[in-house]
Amino acid sequence: MLLEDILAKSTKPIKHSNMFKIESKDVHLHYGTFHALKGINMSIEKNTVTALIGPSGCGKSTFLRLFNRMNDLIDDVKIEGQCLLDGKDIYSKEVKIDDLRKRVGMVFQKPNPFPKTIFENVAYGLRVNSITHKSFIEERVERSLKQAALWDEVKDKLKKSAMALSGGQQQRLCIARALAIEPSVILMDEPASALDPISTAKIEELIYELKSEFTIIIVTHNMQQAGRISDTTAFFYLGELVEIDSTKKIFTNPNDTRTQNYITGRFG
Amino acid sequence: MTHLDNELKQLRTDLLDMFELVLSQLDKSKQSLINLDKDLAREVLVNEKRVNSYELQIDRDCENILALFNPVAIDLRFLLAVLKINSNLERVGDIAESVCQFVMNFKLEPEKKLLEVSRLLEMFDVSREILKTVKDAFENEDTKLARSVFTKDETLDEININAHTIIAEYILNNNDRINQSLYTLSMIRKLERVGDQCKNIAEEIIFYIEAKVLKHKSFQQKQEIK
Repeated sequence: MLLEDILAKSTKPIKHSNMFKIESKDVHLHYGTFHALKGINMSIEKNTVTALIGPSGCGKSTFLRLFNRMNDLIDDVKIEGQCLLDGKDIYSKEVKIDDLRKRVGMVFQKPNPFPKTIFENVAYGLRVNSITHKSFIEERVERSLKQAALWDEVKDKLKKSAMALSGGQQQRLCIARALAIEPSVILMDEPASALDPISTAKIEELIYELKSEFTIIIVTHNMQQAGRISDTTAFFYLGELVEIDSTKKIFTNPNDTRTQNYITGRFG
Repeated sequence: MTHLDNELKQLRTDLLDMFELVLSQLDKSKQSLINLDKDLAREVLVNEKRVNSYELQIDRDCENILALFNPVAIDLRFLLAVLKINSNLERVGDIAESVCQFVMNFKLEPEKKLLEVSRLLEMFDVSREILKTVKDAFENEDTKLARSVFTKDETLDEININAHTIIAEYILNNNDRINQSLYTLSMIRKLERVGDQCKNIAEEIIFYIEAKVLKHKSFQQKQEIK
């Protein structure tokens, strides 16, 4: 297979410049009898970073997981409303979950590299998508590691185990792994909460760099982090989207008293 | 009450103490002028160092709170407002000091007629009233009271605008009081600035409480932004 053919079959979706990248329309989610999301309406523009904030149990991670259908794995979940990616409902029957997850990558709170080499971790997504072209894979691994600001630190030890990397490096490796299959959206669930300040700063800088190519949604409990890295901030409380606005507005003059009480640490 | 709440409360108390000190400096500068009380004028000059100390302490406290607590929303606006009010207040303190330096240079007790026609004492009273108004507005978080300063300041502007003609005329008729007349004109110019500083303080109070920016807006626009 020629490189051009591989690139033509790239999983990167066609960009729709005139519509929101991600939208949720009156989304309700129930875990059994528990009403976890209550009529969430949100529109996210492409190439932006949106921070989801709110106290534990408010529904922000549940909302994040809607967009790569991770909630499907949980028993007794009922979802109503629409979740659109590039204008198409990701819960429609035509959508294959594997295809969706090529377009929507995810990074978790705790770094979760596979017990494989650094190279194989990044190449994993390509291999499971039946890409076998050696130089293409090498090229993509290098590019992904560079995008994740990890290349300089690991270029001489690509064949070493990923488990030997530091926590911050492992998390950037997981980001590189997500980038390798060229998603257009990256979901991040507290990606820096288990890291030291230097590693956190690297991840934050990386998020800032990545937004020129990707649309990023991040759940964070760190208010300052939300302020530093996001363009838009959404505050969730008890399953409701209380307020969404530009991050500058939210952190200087939020409209809702509940938002103000939360971000100033006077909640409840 | 959170740790941050305690820090902000202490900052508020310190700023109110500074307001009181500056008000007292303004009162004493007026009294020292009326009675040509150079001892009182000297006291004001010494106390100016206390005003400066307040400014430094409040600046340092704001810096610490910003660095340690990363305040946002109303807490952040409060801190930004306090930083600026602090600076405005220190300048009002400087004005009281300047008045007393003039008093120290006076050879004769200021003539009653000069004080009357120049409206200098009225200027002192209005300046004090405006400063007290912004203090109360800050203390009670009363933006309506803060807004009232924009109107009151017009009296100071009017006295200041007319002062030049009035003093010139006075000098023509009182050649023996030229120095005193010029000092009086200088004091009027200084006190007019008290009004401007208080207007700035009022704008900061409104910014802190209502998140509205009134800076560089005309009187008309300020009335409309409610």
